[in-house]
Amino acid sequence: MTTVSMTVNGKQISGEVEDRTLLSTFLRENQGLTGTHVGCDTSQCGACLVHMDGKAVKSCSMLAVQASGSAVTTIEGISQNGQLHIMQKAFKENHGLQCGFCTPGMIMSAIDMVNRLGTDLDEKTIRHELEGNICRCTGYHNIVKAIKAAADEMAEVLEAAE
Amino acid sequence: MKEGAPQLHPEAAGNLIYDWEIGEEAATNEAFANAAHITKMDIDNNRLVPNPMEPRAALAHFDPSEEHYTLYTTSQNPHVARLVLSAFYNVAPENKLRVIAPDVGGGFGSKIFIYPEEIACLWATKRVGRPVKWTSDRTEAFLTDAHGRDHHTTAELALDANNKITGFRVKTVANLGAYMSLFSSSVPTYLYATLLSGQYNIPNIYANVKAVYTNTTPVDAYRGAGRPEATYVVERMMETAAKEVGMAPAEFRRVNFVREFPHQTPVIMAYDAGDYEASLDAAMKAIDYGGFGQRRAQSEAAGKLRGMGMSCYIEACGIAPSQAVGSLGAGVGLWESAEVRVNAVGTIEVLTGSHSHGQGHETTFAQLVSDRLGLPTESISIVHGDTDKVQMGMGTYGSRSGAVGMSAIAKALDKVEAKAKKIAAHLMEASEGDIEIEDGELKVAGTDKKLTFTEVALAAYTAHNLPEGMEPGLKEGAFYDPTNFTFPAGCYICEVEVDPDTGVVSIENFVAADDFGTIINPMIVEGQVHGGLVQGIGQAMLENTQYDDHGQLLTASYMDYTMPRADDVPSFKLETTVTECPGNPLGMKGCGEAGAIGSPPAVINAVTDALGIRDMNMPASPNRVWQLIQDNGMKQAAE
Repeated sequence: MTTVSMTVNGKQISGEVEDRTLLSTFLRENQGLTGTHVGCDTSQCGACLVHMDGKAVKSCSMLAVQASGSAVTTIEGISQNGQLHIMQKAFKENHGLQCGFCTPGMIMSAIDMVNRLGTDLDEKTIRHELEGNICRCTGYHNIVKAIKAAADEMAEVLEAAE
Repeated sequence: MKEGAPQLHPEAAGNLIYDWEIGEEAATNEAFANAAHITKMDIDNNRLVPNPMEPRAALAHFDPSEEHYTLYTTSQNPHVARLVLSAFYNVAPENKLRVIAPDVGGGFGSKIFIYPEEIACLWATKRVGRPVKWTSDRTEAFLTDAHGRDHHTTAELALDANNKITGFRVKTVANLGAYMSLFSSSVPTYLYATLLSGQYNIPNIYANVKAVYTNTTPVDAYRGAGRPEATYVVERMMETAAKEVGMAPAEFRRVNFVREFPHQTPVIMAYDAGDYEASLDAAMKAIDYGGFGQRRAQSEAAGKLRGMGMSCYIEACGIAPSQAVGSLGAGVGLWESAEVRVNAVGTIEVLTGSHSHGQGHETTFAQLVSDRLGLPTESISIVHGDTDKVQMGMGTYGSRSGAVGMSAIAKALDKVEAKAKKIAAHLMEASEGDIEIEDGELKVAGTDKKLTFTEVALAAYTAHNLPEGMEPGLKEGAFYDPTNFTFPAGCYICEVEVDPDTGVVSIENFVAADDFGTIINPMIVEGQVHGGLVQGIGQAMLENTQYDDHGQLLTASYMDYTMPRADDVPSFKLETTVTECPGNPLGMKGCGEAGAIGSPPAVINAVTDALGIRDMNMPASPNRVWQLIQDNGMKQAAE
């Protein structure tokens, strides 16, 4: 057993884990953050995607001990003061989810996309960047639409702040 | 089936499960004897793995003091699960077994069935005296979730001298895997061969289906279940026959469309309403059919091959009158139930036997109630997925929740409204016939007298002043049993560009024009179509289930089985045309499966058009397309 300590959604936490414990298992079972989903065993589907030190990682593909000392953000950590994140709101308004299982990973991936590439995203770029996230319900049409809408709104927010 | 093949079950000689037929064989043979032209094709429908994103899971708990089991499970139909677990597996009597399937992460048919793992959890929890949980990983899902499709068909279409279809003869071998699954007797038979008339007036149809055992995962209902297989056969045949007789595929279809309703096909179905030309026209307009030649020339100038293909599908949904399915051998009735509970403060809980695992019933069902009573959707809750809350239901599959599930809610609402009107009339000393329900109020027509819905609900529960003899309370239930299937139909057109150097196919345009009857929430309906289209495009271009000669599943993970990704598919252009379904009170036909039913033949018709070939199997993977290009010497032609 090893003690891991990290910041999860802004809160300092620590826990005892077996060395082999995956970050996704630690988040779900030790921390009760079941918004992070596990949809495959080969790091293809992206339902487990979280941010570690501001970068997207697939939490099923790394050990909890590897995340020790870092800052992790999960889907539970992106709304503020009871307000949905702009990306969450856009998924809701554009019907960018159906069963909702892939949605946490999709949203974390989409926020990472904007963080990396900026808000000026075209459809081709969005589709290409979603390569690591699989959805079986929506056919991606409304996910792409939602990410575009959120990126546009985030651009407005940034502009207003300047 | 081959001579000397290993025998899997002693009761199935030659591994044949059943040899089933429908239609008039002699009359159909005669149509072929007199035909001016015959089109014959061998058509395979590739095996698919449903792959809802949430793998199956079960959590069982046994309470010894009550002798009571609780099962949390990923089911599309918790009441059917309870029924089967009680009546056929003797787990416990129904009153001692609660099945809870709350928000389930997708199903597409694969979560209809009762699998051994849930039963093992129920058995184990009593044995060990603790809750027992099982979660499938993805590879287990590939190995154990019921697969879909896997048909091998030879089809022949007979035409007269005017290019009217006179006969259709279909022979299909359906691979059902190692064991029979819950619906696998009906999928390649009543859900398949009964749709072989397509949108067309075909006087003579004969189909023979041989279902066989193989050493593979059982095959059962997967989004569309039988109807995609029928549509694929019909629409590949229509496109090919049109080309063989030198007609434009659209015109050949027009010549043969059913135009008068009701229309009795030779294979059981009685189509109740439709306008197939309207959806064909809408799709052709949306894709700029006339501009295709120019677009093709541009592609050719860039060294690419461009093709266009269409598919005019029909499906039978709503499934269906209980008496009818009973006469065909179904073990259950296929009605739906609903209960509308009005609380004393006027908020509403709607209990439904339909099950939502991504279809947005919580939204659409609440909209139905909101529209009827003029109440805000926030005050309406939809309750589903728990056998302790909802008394009985048949669940969600076969695009039935709108046409059947919502019809049951509409019937229950009729009763609630009738009682509320009686109470309001009594309290306002008006005639019951003069009460109108509007904007959350019960008004006396032509006067300014009115009561809010909340006041009437409260009056029903205080019961201080009710009409003579009326029971207190405001809660009504209904069961709705349809009078017929519903028949959603539409036209899909796909336009592809093929890179002859790599064999990569890209979908440049895809248009779907659907007739779903009445639509309550267009955004949710469009979402259903998008998702169905991508599952169908996945089948046509990417997905393929492969076993090796030893029965080892080679495509058992997302590393090996190609799920459609966002950059494999385009955005879609959707159109709707409307003929209301006369068979249910809401005029709805259902929309959940259409996309997966109509799209595969549209894609393959487009790819074969681009390559200038007649036959090819799904999926149109780069490897297969490149090989076809080499075999047909088209690379040189394109250069």
